[in-house]
Amino acid sequence: MARLLIRNARLLDPASGLDVPGGLLVEAGRIAGLGPELRDVALDGAEVIDAGGQCLAPGLVDLRVQLGEPGAEHKERFESAGAAAVAGGVTSFAVLPATHPPIDDPSMVEFVARRARKARLAKVYPWAAVTRGLEGSQLSEMGLLLEAGAVGFTDGWRAIGDAKVMRRALTYARTFDALVAVHPEEPSLARGTVMNAGAIATRLGLAGVPRVAELIQIERDLRLLETTGGRLHIAHVTTADGVAAIRRAKDAGLAVTCDVTPHHLLLNELEVEGYRTFAKVSPPLRAEDDRVALVEALADGTIDAIASDHCPQDQESKRVPFASAEFGVVGLETMLAVTLTLVHEGRLGLLRLLEALCTAPARLLGITAGRLQPGAPADLVLFDPDAPWKVTEQGLRSLSKNTAFEGRLVQGRVTRTLVDGRIVFAA
Amino acid sequence: MATTESTLRFRHRHLLGIEGLQPFEIQDLLDRADGFVEVNRRTEKKLALLGGMTLLNLFFEASTRTLTSFELAGKRLGADVVNMAVATSSVKKGETLIDTAMTLNAMHPDVLVVRHAESGAAALLARHVHCAVINAGDGWHEHPTQALLDALTIRRRKGRIEGLVVVICGDIQHSRVARSNIHLLTTMGARVRVVAPPTLLPSGIDRLGVEVHTRMQDGLAQADIVMMLRMQQERMDGAYVPSVREYFRFYGLTQDALTAARPDALIMHPGPMNRGVEIDGVVADDIQRSAILDQVEMGVAVRMAVLEALTRDRRQEQPG
Repeated sequence: MARLLIRNARLLDPASGLDVPGGLLVEAGRIAGLGPELRDVALDGAEVIDAGGQCLAPGLVDLRVQLGEPGAEHKERFESAGAAAVAGGVTSFAVLPATHPPIDDPSMVEFVARRARKARLAKVYPWAAVTRGLEGSQLSEMGLLLEAGAVGFTDGWRAIGDAKVMRRALTYARTFDALVAVHPEEPSLARGTVMNAGAIATRLGLAGVPRVAELIQIERDLRLLETTGGRLHIAHVTTADGVAAIRRAKDAGLAVTCDVTPHHLLLNELEVEGYRTFAKVSPPLRAEDDRVALVEALADGTIDAIASDHCPQDQESKRVPFASAEFGVVGLETMLAVTLTLVHEGRLGLLRLLEALCTAPARLLGITAGRLQPGAPADLVLFDPDAPWKVTEQGLRSLSKNTAFEGRLVQGRVTRTLVDGRIVFAA
Repeated sequence: MATTESTLRFRHRHLLGIEGLQPFEIQDLLDRADGFVEVNRRTEKKLALLGGMTLLNLFFEASTRTLTSFELAGKRLGADVVNMAVATSSVKKGETLIDTAMTLNAMHPDVLVVRHAESGAAALLARHVHCAVINAGDGWHEHPTQALLDALTIRRRKGRIEGLVVVICGDIQHSRVARSNIHLLTTMGARVRVVAPPTLLPSGIDRLGVEVHTRMQDGLAQADIVMMLRMQQERMDGAYVPSVREYFRFYGLTQDALTAARPDALIMHPGPMNRGVEIDGVVADDIQRSAILDQVEMGVAVRMAVLEALTRDRRQEQPG
């Protein structure tokens, strides 16, 4: 039986609040034990990794990743996304249904599982569509999709405009205790817009979506949730008002959760200056006071999780005038390093960050991951939290290079990633 | 001749917008354009400043007057001028914009004049060519030569720009003319007001340093210059404004509305005009007050000045 000992590490388990020097033993792909007593032991027949004091944490779980398979294989494949993921310390990720055809049919869920098995890097879980064809009108076969392996339902970047459809989706999903994740933008206000509304959009001559579009949609869905019950997850919240609405709903005991992206945590609408299409994301980058509110909400737990919103786009989709460019940035590979900035700046504790990157998303998806626990799969990341490096397009493993962090200096480097005890990445 | 030659180096490779230009640079361009006005009034209009150079007019959006103006400007300076009207349908995909740029670049033009329906298109194109690029209008963003010709018109008629009350009326939201004029006029010390139905006022417009009004009466009070913008028909079908007649009633420039402005207020319009929509025909034709035809004349002179400025370094490189 293969045994692997990682010793001389800083053990970080956000689920239990553990942060001690120690070691961790892997047996047959699972965590066999961990603790300070394993910090400096010798075990016969075990392969040993000396972590040199680096951080050992549960592998990251990314809630939202868009792949190009099927339909846009030139943008991202399972293999390339998997390589990007493990290089970024991500050991599990959930893929969004906006493929061609979309994941709105059990056969597509099975396709994802089959392709992920073949790629054999990070573990891949499929979201399924809330509505057929992501068209926002007819409910997908939620029960069958769950049986096939879907982890939850979302129409990705498409907001469900029809309140009746949304109400039925929440009601029906409750039968299966399934999570429904939504894009928080009132679609008629968002239609045709390409960035945040305000003085910058006005000066650039670009159509902006007002911040209130987010609040309206969030408020609507929260009101529906009050009457339907069920589990609502609000994806990529971006405004101070949106966060405040969710905070109030949580205080009132509603079963609502939400997440935020690294780019909304670190960047604001000024990135769009010069018509930088790599800063074109949906929902858009907002004002600085929104960004600050997001960081605070992440720290106080109002925002549950961080999701990369990994959305690969090729050159042809981005090297065009701003309004014509596709939305989205890649983020699997930079998610940990970029968000560690908040820890270095003292805005966030390291355990809280890891909770949002590992434990919370795993809990939301209902998968066994995101914690250092004997018996759990040995999905682990070893990283040096201080090691500096520079994000460059050429350095990315993703097939698409549309990072919003090009040229940025970050601190925090993944040195090893393990999936089921296998070393799938080593720097 | 002294009026058309300047010793000042123009420190920009392209003219993509007014934003970022310094007052002295605007001043210099206007001074030079002033000289070209006189040249254009002579029978012998042709100069050799751009002799041997190639000017490419690349228009992705239909235009008659701007295209003609650039063509005349180029020819009067002695350049070879080629006009390319690119059908919008065939360039729906932006990749073609860069492809087109690189293709044209390989033909070694010296100046590329570009008009495009999308904000930022001129800047994108400029990154992929070696020649000077002049933005002849990109989406809602900027139309710098229009602002320069407006400024020249104002300066010649009023003797100054600084301290004047300039009112820009109409569809501010979708207007590149408005944005370029706001940048230029505020840079040169004018007091700029915008007047529009609130549905056509973009958010944060006050941050550009203008006073914002939604009633003509308030906006026009004691105005020295009234600049009307062209109102697109399709925006007056209930989308932004309920109807044409309602728009004309509350935002049309009529003799009556003009009584709020100074008696010697100058009326301007970038053209083409919609009589009976944004401007009353009688007002437009009032030879005492309307500067609309002056604007057209100044357009050629200003474009000559810009072409001269952007090619100055190139000319000095040439032997002999």
